[in-house]
This record gives sequence, structure tokens and C-alpha cells, in this order.
Amino acid sequence: MESTAATKKKEDFTKKDQENIRKATLFSILPGGGQFYNKQIFKGIVFLAVFAVFLVQFFSWGTGALHGLVTLGTTPREDHSLFLMIEGVLQILVIVVFLFFYVVQLYDANRVAKINAITPDKVNRSAKSVIVNVYENGFPYLLTIPAYIIMLFAIIFPVVVTILIMFTNYDFNNIPPASLIQWTGLETFQKIFVLSTYRDTFMSVLSWTVIWTLAATTLQIGLGILTAMVMNQPFIKGKRFFGVILLLPWAVPAFITILTFSNMFNPSAGAINTQVIPFINNFIPFFDIPSIAWKIEPFWTKVALIGIQGWLGFPYIYVLTTSILQSIPSEWYEASAIDGASTMQKFNYITFPHILSVAAPIFITQYTGNFNNFSMIYLFNEGGPGSLGNNAGSTDILISWVYKLTTGQSPQYNISAAITLIISMIVIVISLIIFNRSSAFEMED
Amino acid sequence: MMSQNKKKRKIKDFWPKFFTYAFLIIFSAIIIYPLLITITSAFRAGNLMAFDLNFDGPFTMNNFKRLFSETLYGTWYLNTLKVALSAMVIQVSIITLAGYAYSRYRFIGKKSTLKFFIIVQMVPTTAALTAFYIMALLVGGLDTHAFLIFIYVGGSIPMNTWLMKGYFDTVPIDLDESARLDGAGHLRTFWQIVLPLVRPMVAVQALWAFMTPFGEFMLARFILRTPAKYTVAIGLQQFINNPREQRVTLFAAGAILIALPISVLFFFLQKHFVSGLTAGGTKG
Repeated sequence: MESTAATKKKEDFTKKDQENIRKATLFSILPGGGQFYNKQIFKGIVFLAVFAVFLVQFFSWGTGALHGLVTLGTTPREDHSLFLMIEGVLQILVIVVFLFFYVVQLYDANRVAKINAITPDKVNRSAKSVIVNVYENGFPYLLTIPAYIIMLFAIIFPVVVTILIMFTNYDFNNIPPASLIQWTGLETFQKIFVLSTYRDTFMSVLSWTVIWTLAATTLQIGLGILTAMVMNQPFIKGKRFFGVILLLPWAVPAFITILTFSNMFNPSAGAINTQVIPFINNFIPFFDIPSIAWKIEPFWTKVALIGIQGWLGFPYIYVLTTSILQSIPSEWYEASAIDGASTMQKFNYITFPHILSVAAPIFITQYTGNFNNFSMIYLFNEGGPGSLGNNAGSTDILISWVYKLTTGQSPQYNISAAITLIISMIVIVISLIIFNRSSAFEMED
Repeated sequence: MMSQNKKKRKIKDFWPKFFTYAFLIIFSAIIIYPLLITITSAFRAGNLMAFDLNFDGPFTMNNFKRLFSETLYGTWYLNTLKVALSAMVIQVSIITLAGYAYSRYRFIGKKSTLKFFIIVQMVPTTAALTAFYIMALLVGGLDTHAFLIFIYVGGSIPMNTWLMKGYFDTVPIDLDESARLDGAGHLRTFWQIVLPLVRPMVAVQALWAFMTPFGEFMLARFILRTPAKYTVAIGLQQFINNPREQRVTLFAAGAILIALPISVLFFFLQKHFVSGLTAGGTKG
């Protein structure tokens, strides 16, 4: 079998075979050479052709692209710095792919030479048998290639470009093709962390982002667990009816409810001030709440945002917790009841730890999700009211600030790229810790 | 003695029940109130600045008529359907193939690649807006649906491939092996033996992919620039956020036409939704 041939140790081969294997590998320094040496003519021609195509591509286009990536253009209006940057990145990807191919063909020459030494008849020499072999052994690659290609362009490529933009002076003063962009090294970070205007904005946006994430997520998780506990009581009638209602906030597309709430919280004409508060004042004794300046006062806008997110986000936790509650053995409660545990003790020592043990990773994703909850912040009041300077409103979180820095009046692309990187680092580090601690992410062979 | 005990018991039971139902009823009212406002406003006459719960009438179907005669809502709806269906077909094909490979085969880079992509994908899409903008400029993708579909599909591949793999793992591998022994090739084993067994997950994935463009706002708004290209989410936002021309009754009517089919689909497939989401978490 070829796998045994490929895994044999050096000493298992005769002197002459060793020499052949060494030569085949050595010849493949020119791609295809080793394959020719192994008498796999078809494969050799294909590999050599790939090499030739790469050479032609590299010298006709690639050198220029790399040069453009370094200089980002020399003449304004003629050179478009951004396109030069993208072409340079593309060229680097081409080189990486080629290097990968190069290593694979070296490895292939070595492996086939080993097979050749032991079982020469197992080597595929005809074009047809090579193609059949590619299909048989390469099937998983054929299945995954479309996914890889799209991910390369839709995920990896934008991230690389974002990282590069961070090190340039790309902002509203330098918009290609009218003007060129330059590499400026770490100047962007200096702006964010040292320049007082940006630093102050960044710090206040960051602190509200953290408060928002903790408050809104904890509220939605708390409400979810509470409703699940309430609904889990055996005596409840109309469980199906209440069950459907509790799921409605999840079933209706979020942008519709957020826009509806945004209208309801209108301080002068919205339903909260004209209908809900008067209702409470009339029907509950001793209550006399004045109209509240939603969307005008930052504090009340933040309260509204957190409340609405609780409304929107709890059903998912409710469903999750309900399924967990049903998996807790009833003997645990019976045993604790014999020991005289109170309802509160049962919750603290049995129910809650069990929920956490199963759902902790999902709770964490809820926190990271709200950390980047753009639509809630932007659709409710576009990050307003007021301004913290540098395009940021008083309820902007990092992600919506980035959006404004990119799409606003005087875009700061380099700063938004740098903040993006900071956001991503936070989210990635937290998620990695969680992933490594939970078994959900293990992959067996 | 007995009856007194019973009575005590009843009183003891009364308060938990009272608070439970009171809680559920108030909570349900808070959930239903904004939704009911939207539904009733869709049938109210005239232009309102802001809406509230109001059953006074008169109620008309006029808003729905105006939606299609005075605004581009019909075009937006068709645009959204087009984007949603294309994204769904492309996305489901890609992740089903890749998920199968990850579940059934060993190959170079299997362990590291998907994890790598899932991690890189955590860089929020908003963040890559500038990069997407430059890419769109370069390939002429600005203001096209194709580019939007491309971003939707790309961003959804890593996590959904992972979920798909998890579902394929629940199909016993003996099935594949006996099919292979009977002489079925790779493709036939996949297509005729394994694929029919993962149909529920394929359906859920298709629904997710289909629903995203109906609710996604940020990317659509960024890529699509002319009103005739809008999807419903951006279109409706214009109705409610334009201070000069508040058309909340039109917004409400338009919202109902989106929320109704989406919610029905949601309740229809809700069980699979939850199991799909938690499959990874409860496996270990």
C-alpha cells in the first residue's frame, strides 16, 4: 500500500532507492522535474505549466503590484492608492498560494519516488489514472474549495486590507484618486491613545460600550431565566398561549421592533409619554411620573436602549433555559426537599449552577453579540443624542462609532480601522478563552 | 381538622399562583403592546407623526394600497426576495458540501482551517466596511445585489459549516461505508445516502439564509445607493426616520407584510432552530 511506502523509514530503502528518492525531490526544485524523474509525464507537464503561468503572471503584473503596495502610487489622479494596495494584497495571496503548491509538489515527488521504489506498478503514470486518483483522494478538497475561495475573498481579504489601512493616512483629507495615501506607521494609534480629542472620545465610547454590554446582556439573560422558571411551574394553565407570546420578540424581525420602539419613545408624540406613563399614573395609586425626555437626555436614552434589548433578547435565553430545566432530574429536587431546602436554596445550589454549566458558552456569545450590537444602537437613535466629538454620539458604542467614522461627514478610515482591530481583539480573545474551555469546539479526526 | 388543613394549603398555594399569573399577564402585555400598535396603525387612516394604541378607527386598507402605488415598496420586496433566494441557494450548497467534507473525510488542514476562519470571522463586518467599499469600487460592485449576496454568503460560511458538520456527525458513518462497499462513488454516497438524512438541518439553514436579507440593515444600506435597488429593511427605515415626512402608518403596513411571513416560518421551524443552535453546545 502506498501509505506504508510513504511512511517507511530511510533505512528501509536500498542505497540505490535512497539515491532515487533524493534525486526526485531535488529535481522538483524546478516544479514538475521530480515528477518527470518518476516518469509521471502528465503530472510533470501540469506542474511545470503551473510554474510557467506563475512566472509569467509574476513578471508581467506581480512585480508592479508589489511595487505599488510599497509606494501606494507616485502621481496623484493617475495612481489610485487604494487599488494599488488591493492589487498588492492580491499578489501576495497569489504568491502564498503558489508557495503552498510548491511545497506540495516537492512532497509529492518524494512520496511517489518512495512508492516507486517498493511497488512501481502502484504509480499512476497515465493522464486518466492521475485524474481518477485526484477525484478519489482529493474529493474532500473538491467539496471544500468553493467555501475556501469565498471565505478568502469575503473574510480574509477584507481583514488584511483593514489592517493595512490602519497604517496609512487614509481619511477625508486624502481621498484617492485626487490625492495619494501614504504609509504612516503607528501614527494612527498615536492619535487614538495620545491625542487628547480622540483619546477622550475613545474612552467615553468604550466605557459606555462596556456598561451597555454588561447591563443589556445581563438583563436579557435574567429575564430569560426568570420567565423560564415561571413557565416551568407545573400548575400553569395556558402554557401554549403564553409560550407563543413569549417567543414573539424573537419571531418578529428585530429591525421592525427597534424602529417601532424608536417611534414610541419619541419624547413629544410617542406612545410611551402620551399613553403608557398616563396609564400608569391613572391606574396605580401614588404614582405620578412626569414625561421623560427619551432620546433627548443621554441617561434616559441609555435606559430605554437597555430595556428594549432586554425585551428583544430574552426569548432565546428563555427557550434555552426551558430545555435545560427539563433535563434536570427531579430526584435532585426531591432529595433537597427532604433535607429541608428552601425554594431560594434550590435555585442557588441546583438550578442556577446547572444552567450555567450547560449554557455558559452561549451566554458569553450573548455578551459579545451585544458588544457589537450595531442595529440596536443605530436604529433606535443613530447613537444620539448630542455629540462627544469626532462623529460619536452619546449612546454610540464602538461598532456604531466605527460605522459613523466610515460613512459620516468627514470619514476617518484609518482610525476606524484601528478601532476595529481593537474591537476584534477583545471579542476574539474572549471567544478563544471560552472555546478552549468548552468541549463544543473539539474536532476529532 | 382535615378541611382546615386543606384550606390552609389552598391559601398557601394562592399567592404563588397569583404572582405567577400576574407576572405572566403583565409581561405578555409589555410584549404585545408595541406589536399591537404596529398592527392597528397599519389600518389607520391619515398621516401620523407617531403612533399609539388606538382602536377608534376608521380602519382602512388604504395604507397597503398606497404602499404599492406611491412608494417603491413592491420593488424593494422583489429585490429582497431576489437577494434572499440567491443567498439561500448559494449558501446552502456551499456549506452542505463543506460540512460533509468536514464530517466524513480526513484532509490536510482540516483541524486548523475552519477554526481559523471562525476566529477571523469574529472581526465584525461593520469593521470591514472600508475594505468592502474598496473591493466594490474595484470590481464595480457598488449598488449591486450580487456584491451584497457575496458578503452575506461569505460571512455566514464558517459558523454554519460548523453547525452543518455537527449535524452530519449524527448520521452513522456505517451507512456511508456500506454504500461504498456496495460500489457507490463519493458523489452517490453523498447525494443518495447521507443528504436525505440531514434534510431538516438543510431546511433550517435555508430558512436562516433566506431570512437574513429581510432584517439586515447595515450592509445593505452601505452597498445599495439608489432607492430602486433597496431592500425592504432600508426602505422602511426611510419611512420612519425621515423627520420631514413621517409616514408611520405606511411603515406599519410595510412591516406587517414582512413580519407576518417571517414569523409564520419561524414558528413553523422553531423546534429545529433551537436544536440547531444548541447542538454544538450540548454535544460535549
